[in-house]
Amino acid sequence: MMDRTEIENNVTPEKLSKRTLVPQESKTKKRRSLIKGIIYALLILTAVICFIPFLMMLVNATRSNDAILTGFTLIPGTALMENYRTMMEYVNIWNGFKNSLIISVLVTLLTGYFSALTAYGFAFYTFKGKNFLFVFMLVMMMVPGQLGLIGFYELCKNLGILDTFIPLIIPAIASPFVVFFLRQYIQTTLHPSLIEAARIDGASELRIFHTVAIPIMMPAVATMSIFTFIGSWNNYIVPLVVLFSPEKYTLPVLMGFLKGSQVAQNLGSMYLGIAISVVPIMIAFLFLSKYIVNSISAGAVKE
Amino acid sequence: MKNLNNYGYAFIAPFWIIFLIFNIYPVGLTFYYSFTNYSGSGTAEVVGFANYQRLIADSYFVEAFFNTWKIWGVNFGLQIVIALILAAIFSDMRVKMKGLSFFRSIFYLPNLITVSSVALLFGILLDWQHGSLNMVLMNIGIISQPINWLNEPASAQLSVSLILTWMWFGHSFIVVMAGVSGISTDFYEAALIDGANRWQTFTKITLPLLKPILLYIMITSLIGGLQLFDLPMLLTDGIGSPDGSLNTMVLYLYNQAFKYNNYGYAAAVAYGLFIITVIFSAIVFKSMYGNERKQARRV
Repeated sequence: MMDRTEIENNVTPEKLSKRTLVPQESKTKKRRSLIKGIIYALLILTAVICFIPFLMMLVNATRSNDAILTGFTLIPGTALMENYRTMMEYVNIWNGFKNSLIISVLVTLLTGYFSALTAYGFAFYTFKGKNFLFVFMLVMMMVPGQLGLIGFYELCKNLGILDTFIPLIIPAIASPFVVFFLRQYIQTTLHPSLIEAARIDGASELRIFHTVAIPIMMPAVATMSIFTFIGSWNNYIVPLVVLFSPEKYTLPVLMGFLKGSQVAQNLGSMYLGIAISVVPIMIAFLFLSKYIVNSISAGAVKE
Repeated sequence: MKNLNNYGYAFIAPFWIIFLIFNIYPVGLTFYYSFTNYSGSGTAEVVGFANYQRLIADSYFVEAFFNTWKIWGVNFGLQIVIALILAAIFSDMRVKMKGLSFFRSIFYLPNLITVSSVALLFGILLDWQHGSLNMVLMNIGIISQPINWLNEPASAQLSVSLILTWMWFGHSFIVVMAGVSGISTDFYEAALIDGANRWQTFTKITLPLLKPILLYIMITSLIGGLQLFDLPMLLTDGIGSPDGSLNTMVLYLYNQAFKYNNYGYAAAVAYGLFIITVIFSAIVFKSMYGNERKQARRV
């Protein structure tokens, strides 16, 4: 991706105004800075609109139910601990956090490793049926997840793995999109002669994959891992279908549970519960935002 | 020397074993169920095309189909317009806006939050009597009466569309921006020298060159939009209230299967949804690329 600053540096407004707008320079400049000011004001307004629901959430999380019912103010209340106790009486939100974290971390690791393995197999070996399998995988990539939901539920029932984390974790081994992305990546970055050299040195095939291919694929694996993690963390319909025991609920399912529970009577506790599910993501985003934004750009432009 | 290429099978084997079991088999099984009257327990009797006949005549499914389109369409229109305006602002060489990465991050933030948390949050923020949104709007005098956002079909659908726009315009903006920065600066320089104004530059250079990116946004958004589930499920009562206006296709599928135990029929709903997605993706693709190919042939 090309940096935007490069574009800006090529043609600066100064250069242009010298070229074309010499007589009215000061007038245009004034008008331009006025327009700029208006645009900034609109941008900031948009940013405020983006953020205001979160702000309301954070403020209301510290206010008591009665205070929330009487009106909205931006001044934080004092009922934070009370709201927390009320919420924890009915719903243990940290448990949902733990479940979501276990599942998402394992899903990310499995997806990363096995997708790299599969992509490497597709990219550097020639075997019968390779092209057919690859195209078949691409076709299946287009199929939305809900299509097999009912069959998936029946399968889990017959395997006796309903109400466990297995149906949420193990299928991550097969992630067609990540395989596709990594294969494109490794074909352009890893030269076959490197593999040949390792073979001559006597390395086994799996060892070559681990010591030569994986390090080269790492940037692409990291990019995909962000999306895998977010996708798994936010997944709602599959855990909703396969999990029954509240103590096994993931965070999104627990949110739905929160809505139907006694906690819903106390708006302050509700806001706090939602805030607890949201704030860690916001903090993580604070540190990763640049990386995430670049990954989205890369993903869109490369396809 | 032994044939190393057989290692290829070993490398892709774990993927295919899991893929067959957890992906292909369930899709096939669902297909089989769509021709049965399976109810979640007992045996499944084959009933031929009865489920599909019922699907076409089912007013709830047809309603869910139009609801999903309305909600997605309004959201997509708004989202893409906002994203394009923002991209036009930040790529304008004459105005030279600063703070791109800051605004980009803020605009993208809502997209990262778990949809179920978003649904819950807006469920209470949009509450008619006690919701903070109505209180704020009344305090600053924009409205005099509280708006019953989630209790009127039209405003409930609009609310969902607006929430989706709020969640997704930042994402679209990032993707559009990535496309814009891939456009050669030569075009813009030439346009500037030729005296093109902003609107001309935007419609004659930026938009046509962004076509592939816009197509990408549209198809991914369409596929995601047709699967709309979390928001309508958690925003109201889970069956699409008020008045069935938030009943989307996947919500209908979920309720048919896991609430009413009509597995066979729900399987047919799943395949109906799939066929609709394929048809509309193809239409979008063709309408954006079909003309181009015709023109190319003429030349």
